[in-house]
Amino acid sequence: MKVIYILCLRQIKRYLRARARMIGSLGQPLLFLLAMGFGFGPIFQKAGGGNYIQFLAPGIVIMGILFTAVFSGIEVIWDRQFGFLKETLVAPVSRLHIALGRTLGGAVVAFIQGLVVLGICLLVGFRIEAIAWLPIALLVMFISAVLFAAIGTAIGSVLEDMQAFPLIMNFLVMPLFFLSGALFPMKGLPRPLILAMEWNPVTYAVNGLRGAFAHSPLTGVGGDLVVLLVVTGALVSLSAYLFSRIEL
Amino acid sequence: MISSKPLITDPIIEVRDLVKRYGDFAAVDGVSFAVPAGSIFGFLGPNGAGKTTIVKMLTTVLRPTGGSISINGYDPAHAQRRVRESFGIVFQDSSLDSELTALENLELHGVLYGVPSGIRRRRMGELLNLVELWDRRNAFVKTFSGGMKRRLEIARALLHEPPIIFLDEPTIGLDPQTRNHIWQYIQTLNTERHITVFFTTHYMDEADRVANEVAIIDRGKIVSRGSPDAIKAQVQAATLEDAFISLTGEAMRTEEGSSLDQMRALGKAWGRR
Repeated sequence: MKVIYILCLRQIKRYLRARARMIGSLGQPLLFLLAMGFGFGPIFQKAGGGNYIQFLAPGIVIMGILFTAVFSGIEVIWDRQFGFLKETLVAPVSRLHIALGRTLGGAVVAFIQGLVVLGICLLVGFRIEAIAWLPIALLVMFISAVLFAAIGTAIGSVLEDMQAFPLIMNFLVMPLFFLSGALFPMKGLPRPLILAMEWNPVTYAVNGLRGAFAHSPLTGVGGDLVVLLVVTGALVSLSAYLFSRIEL
Repeated sequence: MISSKPLITDPIIEVRDLVKRYGDFAAVDGVSFAVPAGSIFGFLGPNGAGKTTIVKMLTTVLRPTGGSISINGYDPAHAQRRVRESFGIVFQDSSLDSELTALENLELHGVLYGVPSGIRRRRMGELLNLVELWDRRNAFVKTFSGGMKRRLEIARALLHEPPIIFLDEPTIGLDPQTRNHIWQYIQTLNTERHITVFFTTHYMDEADRVANEVAIIDRGKIVSRGSPDAIKAQVQAATLEDAFISLTGEAMRTEEGSSLDQMRALGKAWGRR
Protein backbone atom coordinates (compact mmCIF):
# COMPACT_ATOMS: atom_id res chain seq x y z
CA MET A 1 0.00 0.00 0.00
CA LYS A 2 2.81 2.41 0.92
CA VAL A 3 4.42 1.71 -2.44
CA ILE A 4 1.24 2.62 -4.30
CA TYR A 5 0.94 5.76 -2.19
CA ILE A 6 4.51 6.98 -2.70
CA LEU A 7 4.39 6.45 -6.49
CA CYS A 8 1.04 8.22 -6.61
CA LEU A 9 2.48 11.09 -4.59
CA ARG A 10 5.46 11.30 -6.92
CA GLN A 11 3.21 11.88 -9.91
CA ILE A 12 1.12 14.49 -8.14
CA LYS A 13 4.29 16.37 -7.13
CA ARG A 14 5.61 16.22 -10.67
CA TYR A 15 2.32 17.52 -12.01
CA LEU A 16 2.04 20.39 -9.55
CA ARG A 17 5.65 21.39 -10.22
CA ALA A 18 5.26 21.40 -14.00
CA ARG A 19 3.00 24.44 -14.23
CA ALA A 20 3.74 24.92 -17.91
CA ARG A 21 2.52 21.43 -18.69
CA MET A 22 -0.59 21.96 -16.60
CA ILE A 23 -1.49 25.15 -18.42
CA GLY A 24 -0.45 23.72 -21.79
CA SER A 25 -2.77 20.77 -21.45
CA LEU A 26 -5.65 23.13 -20.69
CA GLY A 27 -5.23 24.71 -24.12
CA GLN A 28 -6.94 22.04 -26.15
CA PRO A 29 -10.09 21.62 -24.04
CA LEU A 30 -10.35 25.39 -23.80
CA LEU A 31 -10.10 25.79 -27.56
CA PHE A 32 -12.80 23.20 -28.13
CA LEU A 33 -15.03 24.69 -25.48
CA LEU A 34 -14.81 28.23 -26.79
CA ALA A 35 -14.58 27.64 -30.56
CA MET A 36 -17.13 24.85 -30.72
CA GLY A 37 -19.31 26.09 -27.90
CA PHE A 38 -19.77 29.56 -29.26
CA GLY A 39 -19.28 28.68 -32.92
CA PHE A 40 -21.88 25.93 -33.15
CA GLY A 41 -24.09 27.21 -30.34
CA PRO A 42 -26.60 29.09 -32.53
CA ILE A 43 -26.92 26.22 -35.05
CA PHE A 44 -27.42 23.70 -32.26
CA GLN A 45 -30.09 25.90 -30.73
CA LYS A 46 -31.90 26.36 -34.08
CA ALA A 47 -31.87 22.62 -34.66
CA GLY A 48 -33.73 22.21 -31.39
CA GLY A 49 -30.83 20.80 -29.37
CA GLY A 50 -31.05 23.42 -26.63
CA ASN A 51 -28.11 25.23 -25.07
CA TYR A 52 -24.93 23.87 -26.71
CA ILE A 53 -22.55 24.84 -23.84
CA GLN A 54 -24.85 22.84 -21.53
CA PHE A 55 -24.47 19.88 -23.89
CA LEU A 56 -20.76 20.34 -24.63
CA ALA A 57 -19.27 21.08 -21.19
CA PRO A 58 -19.39 17.52 -19.75
CA GLY A 59 -17.72 16.28 -22.94
CA ILE A 60 -14.95 18.86 -22.59
CA VAL A 61 -14.39 17.93 -18.94
CA ILE A 62 -14.00 14.30 -20.02
CA MET A 63 -11.68 15.44 -22.81
CA GLY A 64 -9.43 17.17 -20.27
CA ILE A 65 -9.38 14.01 -18.16
CA LEU A 66 -8.81 11.74 -21.16
CA PHE A 67 -5.81 13.64 -22.50
CA THR A 68 -4.13 14.19 -19.15
CA ALA A 69 -4.71 10.62 -17.97
CA VAL A 70 -3.46 8.94 -21.14
CA PHE A 71 -0.35 11.12 -21.16
CA SER A 72 0.32 10.52 -17.48
CA GLY A 73 0.16 6.81 -18.21
CA ILE A 74 2.48 7.20 -21.15
CA GLU A 75 5.03 8.75 -18.80
CA VAL A 76 6.21 5.15 -18.43
CA ILE A 77 8.00 5.77 -21.74
CA TRP A 78 9.66 8.94 -20.45
CA ASP A 79 10.69 7.16 -17.29
CA ARG A 80 12.13 4.42 -19.44
CA GLN A 81 14.14 6.91 -21.49
CA PHE A 82 15.24 9.05 -18.55
CA GLY A 83 16.06 6.02 -16.45
CA PHE A 84 13.76 6.29 -13.45
CA LEU A 85 11.79 3.23 -14.55
CA LYS A 86 14.83 1.04 -13.78
CA GLU A 87 14.84 2.21 -10.19
CA THR A 88 11.31 0.91 -9.70
CA LEU A 89 11.82 -2.27 -11.73
CA VAL A 90 14.73 -3.57 -9.63
CA ALA A 91 12.99 -2.78 -6.34
CA PRO A 92 11.79 -5.74 -4.26
CA VAL A 93 8.12 -4.91 -4.67
CA SER A 94 5.45 -6.45 -6.84
CA ARG A 95 5.10 -4.98 -10.31
CA LEU A 96 1.36 -4.99 -9.76
CA HIS A 97 1.77 -2.42 -6.98
CA ILE A 98 4.06 -0.29 -9.13
CA ALA A 99 1.61 -0.39 -12.03
CA LEU A 100 -1.31 0.46 -9.72
CA GLY A 101 0.64 3.33 -8.15
CA ARG A 102 1.43 4.76 -11.56
CA THR A 103 -2.11 4.39 -12.85
CA LEU A 104 -3.67 5.87 -9.72
CA GLY A 105 -1.17 8.73 -9.72
CA GLY A 106 -2.03 9.51 -13.33
CA ALA A 107 -5.72 9.27 -12.48
CA VAL A 108 -5.47 11.71 -9.57
CA VAL A 109 -3.58 14.18 -11.75
CA ALA A 110 -6.18 13.84 -14.52
CA PHE A 111 -9.01 14.23 -12.02
CA ILE A 112 -7.51 17.51 -10.78
CA GLN A 113 -7.19 18.62 -14.40
CA GLY A 114 -10.86 17.70 -14.92
CA LEU A 115 -11.85 19.88 -11.98
CA VAL A 116 -9.93 22.80 -13.45
CA VAL A 117 -11.69 22.33 -16.81
CA LEU A 118 -15.03 22.10 -15.01
CA GLY A 119 -14.25 25.38 -13.29
CA ILE A 120 -13.56 27.03 -16.65
CA CYS A 121 -16.82 25.62 -18.05
CA LEU A 122 -18.72 27.17 -15.14
CA LEU A 123 -17.01 30.48 -15.88
CA VAL A 124 -18.22 30.53 -19.50
CA GLY A 125 -21.80 29.83 -18.57
CA PHE A 126 -22.23 26.11 -17.87
CA ARG A 127 -24.81 25.42 -15.14
CA ILE A 128 -24.92 22.27 -13.00
CA GLU A 129 -28.63 21.50 -12.89
CA ALA A 130 -28.55 18.85 -10.17
CA ILE A 131 -26.18 19.99 -7.39
CA ALA A 132 -27.27 17.04 -5.23
CA TRP A 133 -25.85 14.72 -7.87
CA LEU A 134 -22.45 16.39 -7.84
CA PRO A 135 -20.82 13.52 -5.87
CA ILE A 136 -22.01 11.12 -8.59
CA ALA A 137 -20.58 13.42 -11.24
CA LEU A 138 -17.23 13.50 -9.41
CA LEU A 139 -17.31 9.71 -9.12
CA VAL A 140 -17.85 9.39 -12.88
CA MET A 141 -14.94 11.77 -13.43
CA PHE A 142 -12.62 9.81 -11.14
CA ILE A 143 -13.48 6.36 -12.51
CA SER A 144 -13.01 7.70 -16.03
CA ALA A 145 -9.62 9.08 -14.99
CA VAL A 146 -8.54 5.65 -13.71
CA LEU A 147 -9.79 4.01 -16.92
CA PHE A 148 -7.91 6.40 -19.20
CA ALA A 149 -4.75 6.31 -17.07
CA ALA A 150 -4.81 2.50 -17.33
CA ILE A 151 -4.94 2.83 -21.13
CA GLY A 152 -1.87 5.08 -20.88
CA THR A 153 0.01 2.68 -18.62
CA ALA A 154 -0.79 -0.21 -20.95
CA ILE A 155 0.48 1.68 -24.01
CA GLY A 156 3.54 2.95 -22.15
CA SER A 157 4.41 -0.60 -21.09
CA VAL A 158 4.40 -1.90 -24.65
CA LEU A 159 6.17 0.95 -26.45
CA GLU A 160 9.86 1.66 -25.99
CA ASP A 161 10.14 5.21 -27.25
CA MET A 162 8.14 8.25 -28.16
CA GLN A 163 8.28 7.66 -31.93
CA ALA A 164 4.78 6.25 -31.89
CA PHE A 165 3.43 9.21 -29.98
CA PRO A 166 1.68 10.94 -32.94
CA LEU A 167 0.11 7.62 -33.81
CA ILE A 168 -1.37 7.21 -30.36
CA MET A 169 -2.66 10.74 -30.57
CA ASN A 170 -4.19 10.45 -34.04
CA PHE A 171 -5.38 6.86 -34.06
CA LEU A 172 -6.40 6.35 -30.47
CA VAL A 173 -6.93 9.42 -28.31
CA MET A 174 -8.55 11.66 -30.92
CA PRO A 175 -10.93 8.98 -32.27
CA LEU A 176 -11.86 8.00 -28.71
CA PHE A 177 -12.77 11.60 -28.08
CA PHE A 178 -14.55 12.38 -31.38
CA LEU A 179 -16.56 9.15 -31.31
CA SER A 180 -17.80 9.62 -27.77
CA GLY A 181 -20.76 11.89 -28.27
CA ALA A 182 -18.85 14.69 -26.54
CA LEU A 183 -19.45 17.08 -29.43
CA PHE A 184 -22.71 15.90 -31.00
CA PRO A 185 -25.69 13.78 -29.98
CA MET A 186 -25.75 10.15 -31.06
CA LYS A 187 -29.25 10.00 -32.47
CA GLY A 188 -29.76 10.02 -36.23
CA LEU A 189 -26.16 9.06 -37.06
CA PRO A 190 -25.21 6.33 -39.58
CA ARG A 191 -25.28 2.86 -38.10
CA PRO A 192 -21.49 2.13 -38.22
CA LEU A 193 -20.79 5.37 -36.38
CA ILE A 194 -23.31 4.54 -33.68
CA LEU A 195 -21.76 1.09 -33.35
CA ALA A 196 -18.28 2.57 -32.92
CA MET A 197 -19.62 4.93 -30.30
CA GLU A 198 -21.37 2.17 -28.41
CA TRP A 199 -18.08 0.25 -28.15
CA ASN A 200 -16.17 3.29 -26.97
CA PRO A 201 -15.80 3.53 -23.17
CA VAL A 202 -15.41 7.31 -23.43
CA THR A 203 -19.05 7.45 -24.60
CA TYR A 204 -20.15 6.11 -21.23
CA ALA A 205 -17.96 8.60 -19.39
CA VAL A 206 -19.43 11.52 -21.35
CA ASN A 207 -22.97 10.24 -21.09
CA GLY A 208 -22.63 9.43 -17.40
CA LEU A 209 -21.24 12.84 -16.59
CA ARG A 210 -23.89 14.60 -18.66
CA GLY A 211 -26.59 12.62 -16.90
CA ALA A 212 -25.16 13.29 -13.46
CA PHE A 213 -24.94 17.03 -14.05
CA ALA A 214 -28.47 17.21 -15.44
CA HIS A 215 -29.95 14.43 -13.33
CA SER A 216 -32.01 13.43 -16.29
CA PRO A 217 -33.70 10.06 -15.72
CA LEU A 218 -33.39 9.26 -19.43
CA THR A 219 -29.62 9.08 -19.39
CA GLY A 220 -29.25 6.16 -17.00
CA VAL A 221 -26.16 7.18 -15.04
CA GLY A 222 -26.23 3.87 -13.16
CA GLY A 223 -25.80 1.85 -16.33
CA ASP A 224 -22.94 4.09 -17.47
CA LEU A 225 -21.22 3.64 -14.12
CA VAL A 226 -21.48 -0.13 -14.36
CA VAL A 227 -19.96 -0.13 -17.86
CA LEU A 228 -17.20 2.21 -16.72
CA LEU A 229 -16.39 0.09 -13.67
CA VAL A 230 -16.22 -3.14 -15.65
CA VAL A 231 -14.04 -1.65 -18.40
CA THR A 232 -11.83 0.04 -15.80
CA GLY A 233 -11.34 -3.27 -13.98
CA ALA A 234 -10.39 -5.00 -17.21
CA LEU A 235 -8.02 -2.26 -18.36
CA VAL A 236 -6.30 -1.89 -14.98
CA SER A 237 -5.65 -5.65 -15.01
CA LEU A 238 -4.38 -5.53 -18.59
CA SER A 239 -2.09 -2.59 -17.87
CA ALA A 240 -0.71 -4.27 -14.73
CA TYR A 241 -0.06 -7.44 -16.75
CA LEU A 242 1.69 -5.57 -19.57
CA PHE A 243 3.71 -3.55 -17.06
CA SER A 244 4.84 -6.72 -15.27
CA ARG A 245 6.30 -8.00 -18.54
CA ILE A 246 8.62 -5.04 -19.13
CA GLU A 247 12.25 -6.03 -19.62
CA LEU A 248 15.00 -3.47 -19.86
CA MET B 1 42.38 -19.28 20.36
CA ILE B 2 40.11 -17.12 18.28
CA SER B 3 40.14 -18.12 14.66
CA SER B 4 40.67 -15.10 12.46
CA LYS B 5 37.95 -14.78 9.88
CA PRO B 6 39.41 -14.34 6.41
CA LEU B 7 38.33 -11.13 4.72
CA ILE B 8 37.42 -12.90 1.52
CA THR B 9 35.14 -15.89 1.94
CA ASP B 10 32.62 -17.89 -0.06
CA PRO B 11 31.33 -16.56 -3.36
CA ILE B 12 28.35 -14.22 -2.94
CA ILE B 13 27.75 -14.11 -6.69
CA GLU B 14 28.03 -17.30 -8.70
CA VAL B 15 27.33 -17.58 -12.41
CA ARG B 16 27.46 -20.81 -14.40
CA ASP B 17 27.24 -21.24 -18.18
CA LEU B 18 25.15 -18.10 -18.52
CA VAL B 19 23.68 -17.61 -22.01
CA LYS B 20 21.56 -14.86 -23.51
CA ARG B 21 20.48 -15.18 -27.13
CA TYR B 22 18.63 -12.75 -29.35
CA GLY B 23 17.56 -14.92 -32.27
CA ASP B 24 20.77 -16.44 -33.64
CA PHE B 25 23.00 -13.91 -31.93
CA ALA B 26 24.49 -14.92 -28.57
CA ALA B 27 25.11 -11.70 -26.64
CA VAL B 28 26.35 -13.77 -23.70
CA ASP B 29 27.78 -17.14 -24.65
CA GLY B 30 28.40 -19.50 -21.74
CA VAL B 31 29.88 -17.25 -19.06
CA SER B 32 30.94 -18.62 -15.66
CA PHE B 33 32.55 -16.78 -12.75
CA ALA B 34 32.34 -16.33 -9.00
CA VAL B 35 32.68 -13.20 -6.88
CA PRO B 36 33.99 -13.75 -3.34
CA ALA B 37 32.01 -12.02 -0.59
CA GLY B 38 33.61 -8.79 0.52
CA SER B 39 35.70 -8.34 -2.61
CA ILE B 40 35.86 -5.64 -5.25
CA PHE B 41 35.27 -7.35 -8.56
CA GLY B 42 35.91 -5.59 -11.86
CA PHE B 43 34.12 -6.68 -15.00
CA LEU B 44 35.93 -5.40 -18.07
CA GLY B 45 35.28 -5.57 -21.77
CA PRO B 46 35.02 -3.51 -24.95
CA ASN B 47 31.75 -1.91 -26.03
CA GLY B 48 29.15 -4.49 -26.94
CA ALA B 49 31.06 -7.32 -25.23
CA GLY B 50 28.04 -8.29 -23.14
CA LYS B 51 28.85 -6.53 -19.85
CA THR B 52 25.58 -4.66 -19.49
CA THR B 53 23.57 -7.69 -20.61
CA ILE B 54 25.17 -9.73 -17.82
CA VAL B 55 24.56 -6.99 -15.24
CA LYS B 56 20.91 -6.89 -16.34
CA MET B 57 20.57 -10.64 -15.86
CA LEU B 58 22.29 -10.53 -12.47
CA THR B 59 19.95 -7.78 -11.35
CA THR B 60 16.73 -9.56 -12.43
CA VAL B 61 15.65 -7.18 -15.19
CA LEU B 62 16.47 -9.56 -18.03
CA ARG B 63 15.75 -13.28 -18.20
CA PRO B 64 18.69 -15.48 -19.26
CA THR B 65 18.26 -17.96 -22.11
CA GLY B 66 20.27 -20.54 -20.18
CA GLY B 67 22.65 -21.18 -17.29
CA SER B 68 22.34 -20.46 -13.60
CA ILE B 69 22.85 -17.45 -11.35
CA SER B 70 23.14 -17.28 -7.59
CA ILE B 71 23.08 -13.91 -5.79
CA ASN B 72 23.58 -13.97 -2.03
CA GLY B 73 22.44 -17.60 -2.14
CA TYR B 74 19.25 -16.91 -4.11
CA ASP B 75 18.29 -17.76 -7.66
CA PRO B 76 16.78 -14.79 -9.56
CA ALA B 77 14.48 -17.14 -11.46
CA HIS B 78 12.78 -18.37 -8.28
CA ALA B 79 13.48 -15.86 -5.52
CA GLN B 80 13.36 -12.61 -7.42
CA ARG B 81 12.40 -10.50 -4.43
CA ARG B 82 15.17 -11.94 -2.22
CA VAL B 83 17.69 -11.24 -4.95
CA ARG B 84 16.42 -7.69 -5.34
CA GLU B 85 16.74 -7.08 -1.61
CA SER B 86 20.33 -8.30 -1.77
CA PHE B 87 21.80 -5.62 -3.98
CA GLY B 88 21.93 -1.92 -4.64
CA ILE B 89 22.67 -0.74 -8.14
CA VAL B 90 24.04 2.32 -9.86
CA PHE B 91 23.11 2.16 -13.51
CA GLN B 92 25.23 3.52 -16.31
CA ASP B 93 22.68 6.27 -17.00
CA SER B 94 21.03 8.19 -14.20
CA SER B 95 17.89 6.58 -12.84
CA LEU B 96 17.00 9.44 -10.52
CA ASP B 97 13.79 11.41 -10.87
CA SER B 98 15.15 14.83 -11.78
CA GLU B 99 11.86 16.57 -10.91
CA LEU B 100 12.26 15.50 -7.29
CA THR B 101 14.76 16.69 -4.69
CA ALA B 102 17.70 14.62 -3.44
CA LEU B 103 15.82 13.78 -0.23
CA GLU B 104 12.63 12.89 -2.09
CA ASN B 105 14.56 10.49 -4.31
CA LEU B 106 16.06 8.78 -1.27
CA GLU B 107 12.71 8.74 0.51
CA LEU B 108 11.04 7.05 -2.45
CA HIS B 109 13.80 4.44 -2.58
CA GLY B 110 13.45 3.80 1.15
CA VAL B 111 9.72 3.20 0.83
CA LEU B 112 10.18 0.93 -2.20
CA TYR B 113 12.69 -1.16 -0.22
CA GLY B 114 10.57 -1.18 2.96
CA VAL B 115 13.09 0.66 5.16
CA PRO B 116 11.19 1.81 8.29
CA SER B 117 10.81 5.60 8.45
CA GLY B 118 12.96 6.20 11.56
CA ILE B 119 15.90 4.20 10.20
CA ARG B 120 15.31 5.72 6.79
CA ARG B 121 15.68 9.25 8.09
CA ARG B 122 18.89 8.46 10.00
CA ARG B 123 20.52 6.65 7.07
CA MET B 124 19.50 9.35 4.62
CA GLY B 125 21.42 11.87 6.72
CA GLU B 126 24.46 9.59 7.09
CA LEU B 127 24.65 8.74 3.42
CA LEU B 128 24.14 12.29 2.18
CA ASN B 129 27.00 13.32 4.46
CA LEU B 130 29.14 10.49 3.15
CA VAL B 131 28.71 11.58 -0.47
CA GLU B 132 28.92 15.27 0.56
CA LEU B 133 25.46 16.25 -0.64
CA TRP B 134 23.80 17.09 2.67
CA ASP B 135 23.85 20.82 1.84
CA ARG B 136 21.98 20.13 -1.38
CA ARG B 137 19.41 17.76 0.10
CA ASN B 138 16.43 19.94 -0.79
CA ALA B 139 17.64 20.92 -4.26
CA PHE B 140 16.00 19.43 -7.34
CA VAL B 141 18.11 16.72 -8.95
CA LYS B 142 17.79 18.48 -12.32
CA THR B 143 20.11 21.17 -10.94
CA PHE B 144 22.83 18.59 -10.12
CA SER B 145 26.01 18.02 -12.12
CA GLY B 146 26.85 14.57 -13.50
CA GLY B 147 29.17 13.85 -10.60
CA MET B 148 26.62 14.92 -7.99
CA LYS B 149 23.98 12.70 -9.56
CA ARG B 150 26.35 9.75 -9.50
CA ARG B 151 27.14 10.38 -5.84
CA LEU B 152 23.46 10.62 -4.99
CA GLU B 153 22.82 7.34 -6.83
CA ILE B 154 25.54 5.64 -4.81
CA ALA B 155 23.96 6.94 -1.60
CA ARG B 156 20.55 5.74 -2.76
CA ALA B 157 21.84 2.28 -3.69
CA LEU B 158 23.12 1.87 -0.12
CA LEU B 159 20.00 3.07 1.70
CA HIS B 160 18.63 -0.43 2.27
CA GLU B 161 22.09 -1.69 3.35
CA PRO B 162 22.49 -4.41 0.73
CA PRO B 163 25.39 -6.89 0.94
CA ILE B 164 26.20 -6.31 -2.75
CA ILE B 165 26.44 -3.17 -4.83
CA PHE B 166 26.49 -3.21 -8.64
CA LEU B 167 28.11 -0.26 -10.37
CA ASP B 168 27.76 -0.12 -14.14
CA GLU B 169 30.46 2.28 -15.39
CA PRO B 170 30.34 4.33 -12.17
CA THR B 171 32.92 6.89 -13.27
CA ILE B 172 32.10 7.31 -16.96
CA GLY B 173 31.93 10.93 -18.07
CA LEU B 174 33.33 12.33 -14.82
CA ASP B 175 36.43 14.43 -14.27
CA PRO B 176 39.49 12.80 -12.61
CA GLN B 177 38.83 14.53 -9.27
CA THR B 178 35.28 13.23 -9.06
CA ARG B 179 36.37 9.79 -10.19
CA ASN B 180 38.91 9.67 -7.38
CA HIS B 181 36.30 10.73 -4.84
CA ILE B 182 33.84 8.13 -6.03
CA TRP B 183 36.39 5.35 -5.71
CA GLN B 184 37.26 6.57 -2.25
CA TYR B 185 33.62 6.23 -1.13
CA ILE B 186 33.40 2.82 -2.70
CA GLN B 187 36.61 1.59 -1.09
CA THR B 188 35.49 2.96 2.27
CA LEU B 189 32.22 1.05 1.97
CA ASN B 190 34.06 -2.09 1.04
CA THR B 191 36.50 -1.97 3.93
CA GLU B 192 34.18 -0.56 6.61
CA ARG B 193 30.91 -2.25 5.76
CA HIS B 194 32.25 -5.29 3.90
CA ILE B 195 29.98 -4.64 0.95
CA THR B 196 30.81 -6.70 -2.11
CA VAL B 197 31.41 -4.38 -5.04
CA PHE B 198 30.76 -5.53 -8.60
CA PHE B 199 31.65 -2.92 -11.19
CA THR B 200 32.12 -2.59 -14.92
CA THR B 201 34.44 -0.02 -16.42
CA HIS B 202 36.41 1.10 -19.42
CA TYR B 203 39.13 2.67 -17.32
CA MET B 204 41.77 0.00 -16.91
CA ASP B 205 43.89 2.07 -14.53
CA GLU B 206 40.94 2.27 -12.13
CA ALA B 207 40.32 -1.45 -12.32
CA ASP B 208 44.01 -2.11 -11.74
CA ARG B 209 44.03 0.15 -8.69
CA VAL B 210 40.86 -0.90 -6.88
CA ALA B 211 39.83 -4.40 -7.95
CA ASN B 212 40.85 -7.52 -6.02
CA GLU B 213 39.85 -9.54 -9.01
CA VAL B 214 38.81 -8.86 -12.58
CA ALA B 215 37.22 -10.76 -15.42
CA ILE B 216 37.70 -9.66 -19.03
CA ILE B 217 34.84 -10.41 -21.38
CA ASP B 218 34.81 -10.19 -25.16
CA ARG B 219 32.17 -11.20 -27.68
CA GLY B 220 30.03 -12.75 -24.98
CA LYS B 221 32.79 -14.95 -23.53
CA ILE B 222 35.21 -14.54 -20.65
CA VAL B 223 38.74 -14.38 -22.04
CA SER B 224 40.63 -13.95 -18.78
CA ARG B 225 40.04 -13.97 -15.03
CA GLY B 226 42.08 -13.36 -11.91
CA SER B 227 43.82 -10.61 -9.97
CA PRO B 228 45.02 -7.68 -12.08
CA ASP B 229 48.62 -8.76 -11.46
CA ALA B 230 47.91 -12.33 -12.52
CA ILE B 231 46.31 -11.14 -15.73
CA LYS B 232 49.22 -8.85 -16.52
CA ALA B 233 51.61 -11.75 -15.87
CA GLN B 234 49.55 -14.08 -18.05
CA VAL B 235 50.15 -12.00 -21.19
CA GLN B 236 53.37 -10.37 -19.97
CA ALA B 237 51.97 -6.86 -20.17
CA ALA B 238 53.20 -3.88 -18.17
CA THR B 239 49.75 -2.43 -17.53
CA LEU B 240 46.26 -3.82 -17.34
CA GLU B 241 45.39 -1.72 -20.39
CA ASP B 242 48.08 -3.47 -22.46
CA ALA B 243 46.87 -6.81 -21.18
CA PHE B 244 43.31 -5.88 -22.07
CA ILE B 245 44.26 -4.93 -25.62
CA SER B 246 46.35 -8.03 -26.14
CA LEU B 247 43.43 -10.17 -24.93
CA THR B 248 40.63 -8.45 -26.83
CA GLY B 249 42.42 -7.23 -29.96
CA GLU B 250 43.07 -3.83 -31.48
CA ALA B 251 39.88 -3.45 -33.48
CA MET B 252 37.49 -0.71 -32.45
CA ARG B 253 33.97 -1.61 -31.42
CA THR B 254 30.89 0.41 -32.02
CA GLU B 255 28.10 0.76 -29.58
CA GLU B 256 25.57 1.60 -32.26
CA GLY B 257 23.61 -1.37 -33.51
CA SER B 258 23.53 -2.23 -37.22
CA SER B 259 20.55 -1.10 -39.25
CA LEU B 260 19.17 -4.59 -38.74
CA ASP B 261 19.32 -4.15 -34.96
CA GLN B 262 17.54 -0.85 -35.29
CA MET B 263 14.83 -2.48 -37.36
CA ARG B 264 14.45 -5.10 -34.65
CA ALA B 265 14.23 -2.43 -31.99
CA LEU B 266 11.57 -0.66 -34.01
CA GLY B 267 9.65 -3.90 -34.43
CA LYS B 268 9.86 -4.45 -30.70
CA ALA B 269 8.62 -0.92 -30.08
CA TRP B 270 5.57 -1.74 -32.13
CA GLY B 271 4.66 -4.52 -29.81
CA ARG B 272 6.20 -7.57 -31.48
CA ARG B 273 7.85 -8.83 -28.35
